[in-house]
Amino acid sequence: MAIESDVLVVGGGLAGLTSALAAARAGADTRLVSYKQSTLRHASGLVDVLGYTPDGDGPLVDPFDAIPDLPESHPYQTVGVETVREALALFDDAAPHYRGDHTDANALLPTHGGTVKPTARYPAGASAGVASDDRDTLLVGFEAMVDFDAPQAAAHLDAAGVPFDVRGATIRFPGDLRADAKLTRYAKLLDTNGTVTVDGHDRQVREALADRVKTELDGEERVGFPAILGDDDAAAVRDALADELGVAVFEVPMGPPSLPGLRLEDALFDALDEAGVSIETGNPVVDYDGGDRIEQVYVEKNGARIPNAADQYVLATGGLVGKGVESDREGVSEPIFECHVAHAADRYDWFADDVFGDHQFAQFGVAADDSLRPEAADGSTEFENLRAAGSVLGGYDFAAEKSGGGVSIATGYAAGRRAAEETR
Amino acid sequence: MSDSQSTDFDPVAPNTGEEFEPVDVFDDSDDFDLRPGADSCYKCSTCDTNCPVAEVDDDFPGPKFQGPEQWRLKRRDDDPIDDSVMDCSNCMRCDNACPSGVGLSQMHNTARGEYVSEEMSTLSVEYVRNRLLANYRKSAWLASKVPRLANAAANFGPARWLGEKLLGVTGEREFPDFATETFTEWWAAQGGAAGSKERAREARERRGEPFDADKQVAYFHGCYAEYNTPEVAKALVRVYEHFGYEIVVPEQGCSGTPMFANGMLEDARRDAEVNVSSFADLVDEGYDAIASCTSCSMAIRQEYPELFDIDGIDDVAANTFESVEYLRIHEDLDGELADADVGDDLAAEFAYHAPCHARNQGLDRQAVELFGDLDGVGVEDVGDSCSGISGTYGWKAEKYETSMKIGDEMFDHMEAADGETGMTECPTCAMQMEHGTGYDVRHPLELLEAAVVE
Ligand SMILES: Cc1cc2nc3c(=O)[nH]c(=O)nc-3n(C[C@H](O)[C@H](O)[C@H](O)COP(=O)(O)OP(=O)(O)OC[C@H]3O[C@@H](n4cnc5c(N)ncnc54)[C@H](O)[C@@H]3O)c2cc1C
Ligand code: SF4
Ligand code: SF4
Repeated sequence: MAIESDVLVVGGGLAGLTSALAAARAGADTRLVSYKQSTLRHASGLVDVLGYTPDGDGPLVDPFDAIPDLPESHPYQTVGVETVREALALFDDAAPHYRGDHTDANALLPTHGGTVKPTARYPAGASAGVASDDRDTLLVGFEAMVDFDAPQAAAHLDAAGVPFDVRGATIRFPGDLRADAKLTRYAKLLDTNGTVTVDGHDRQVREALADRVKTELDGEERVGFPAILGDDDAAAVRDALADELGVAVFEVPMGPPSLPGLRLEDALFDALDEAGVSIETGNPVVDYDGGDRIEQVYVEKNGARIPNAADQYVLATGGLVGKGVESDREGVSEPIFECHVAHAADRYDWFADDVFGDHQFAQFGVAADDSLRPEAADGSTEFENLRAAGSVLGGYDFAAEKSGGGVSIATGYAAGRRAAEETR
Repeated sequence: MSDSQSTDFDPVAPNTGEEFEPVDVFDDSDDFDLRPGADSCYKCSTCDTNCPVAEVDDDFPGPKFQGPEQWRLKRRDDDPIDDSVMDCSNCMRCDNACPSGVGLSQMHNTARGEYVSEEMSTLSVEYVRNRLLANYRKSAWLASKVPRLANAAANFGPARWLGEKLLGVTGEREFPDFATETFTEWWAAQGGAAGSKERAREARERRGEPFDADKQVAYFHGCYAEYNTPEVAKALVRVYEHFGYEIVVPEQGCSGTPMFANGMLEDARRDAEVNVSSFADLVDEGYDAIASCTSCSMAIRQEYPELFDIDGIDDVAANTFESVEYLRIHEDLDGELADADVGDDLAAEFAYHAPCHARNQGLDRQAVELFGDLDGVGVEDVGDSCSGISGTYGWKAEKYETSMKIGDEMFDHMEAADGETGMTECPTCAMQMEHGTGYDVRHPLELLEAAVVE
């Protein structure tokens, strides 16, 4: 006997989570199995739908407007622009701390490197920082956190022509944490408003931080910190700092590891729990039984193979980073079901000579039919009851287009819903 | 191996490295060369965001440092192992995190072993204390001979004070009670394997299953169910026999978990050898191994094959299961629970905490899912924080405060939950839950027994 469900989703990244949520909300008994933690922890926490065209035009004002002009093979074309909207509505409902749903237009968010990035959805914590807002801004960095050089980021933003004055200051985090303190150490300390020692006096960290920042404020109306302001209770940390400082406070999305990504993951897991999805993480799916249809898959735990059976399956194992697509000198492949991944026979064609050139590997992934079922080299369906979602799909370059989160959500939603429909 | 798929990982360029061969990385000699594992770390720090110790302890440099960075340093300059490795609680959360499949806990375990054997004086109080805690089974064995006396003595105020002063065992905690009858004493009184065979056959007949059905399991009860909570082991026996399984209880030692955590690898190996040899024969004969403690199943499934080279170790690891998980795979538990209800004191709301070592086996949601539709019972997950005790960790005077700081989040969530009874698979997590909230704590097997065994 196997552990059974109607729909089994393999992979717990943005695509898998959305897919499981869509399937469960459509009434299917749904199970999600995932191996390691998803790339959400590396991503900024911003959900990009489409920032640039594949030809590099942009930043795009309205991503939805640009979707119909994408190449036929692009996942957005496969699912259609209406589905992208429905999928985002599901996301907005599941991640209530996200903003951006009031408009079709992309928002422009400052990043930790001082660039401005077009994005469709952003955490509430980042919202006071949008670049279209003309309030003067102070960016505050911490000595120990070299990933965010506030004065340099401010200079970059200024050079990018943002419509406000921006200045950066680097301070020491109150209480002298160790130089390489973990992100979660700061977050926990702020969450619990723990005690730190400043000049021999014990003080609560939120107040101590605000007092230190006050000395840097020079009439600015908002202050941006690197995204470390609390984990479980981020809104309260932000509010407390804003209160003390008397100005708006926002977080600047950071590189990996990313607290906003972690918080998003938590929100989505909560939504899955509420929808009654069963979840198992920590071990990989390694194999399957079946011919035209997948009968069951095997989750491996140190050699023990645990069978999981379902009527419909969704493959959301990510791309080269998530390990849903593997490559070696011989070729590129999808390791669980051995679905076909198109790639040039000569591996020297996988890259362009120019680092920022048109790399083929950036688009590696399975090709899928209208119903997101992976296709073999000859265009036939690989399995009747398998759909693919997220970065395991080919045909787009999320890094160049700034479309990663959006494609994962849209294809995840479409695959999950279709799978649930098939089980009726 | 925690991840046999690990490759030379580069988040930007595609992987063009050679196939990763796990056996090449951790060869059979005792002199581990963990460098290739260290090389696949690309410093994303995801592991650091999962470490409960780094979250509350400013002095702890985190799993990335304990693992890949320490191994790189060692290779280059042959630096001694940094003493912060003793602050790692061996919760193994970092293991679960690494997207590049770096075997972090194996590196930590190995580093701790090296630290203890080369940098710690065997005459130091800390060493003696750690050795005592790690070899809990020995003192438990002794105590179980005179359980009432041991219970009284261990919790006698002045004795606890002395324990803290002399040995650095925190005086804040109550020692767990020793049962008046050990599980194996009870088991023998039930007729041992022969008795089990008979009862299982009757059950199969009742269930309409074939007389000769292949339903045989070997039970690894671990130290705690043996000496302190035999009711958990008894529940396991009754539930398995209800489903028609014949149980054997082979000779066994400690799983080794507390020894890994204290860098006592030689002690752990000695017990692992006993365990592997007695279970390997049974696995050969077609038995599967089951454990009711999630740290025990974790040790056998993952730490044994990572750290030791013992005949039959891989087979035993591949055929070991957590006891409820095993039933889920082989029986229609959901169906049986749908028709069941629970009376008496187990008809309650439970505040469930998933042990870190259950998490690594993908079992962190099992109890909540399983009992979701059980009439008269509610099981509420109290969140994904670590309980903070991590076996012997929270018993050390100098770690007590860290342990309670980590546990705080869980205590809060337990108190916010509807139930006033706790539930978890791990005996030391249970101790911490009880210590932090005063709740009584039960094992899912006890609830399962109440639901399905008449
Ligand atoms: C560094 C970085 C920064 C990014 N920044 C942004 C950004 O700012 N905005 C944006 O919109 N997008 C961003 N992206 C892209 C975005 O994160 C991804 O496109 C998207 O999250 C991919 O989701 P996914 O679910 O397809 O895959 P993943 O997140 O890769 O998840 C795949 C999951 O499948 C699991 N898995 C793999 N193999 C198996 C197996 N055999 N069995 C079971 N489970 C398995 C993995 O453990 C993982 O949990 C970024 C990506 C990266 C890498
Ligand atoms: S095992 Fe636990 S305590 Fe030790 S480094 Fe890893 S996450 Fe931290
Ligand atoms: S998660 Fe893995 S790759 Fe990332 S820093 Fe930790 S060990 Fe290195």
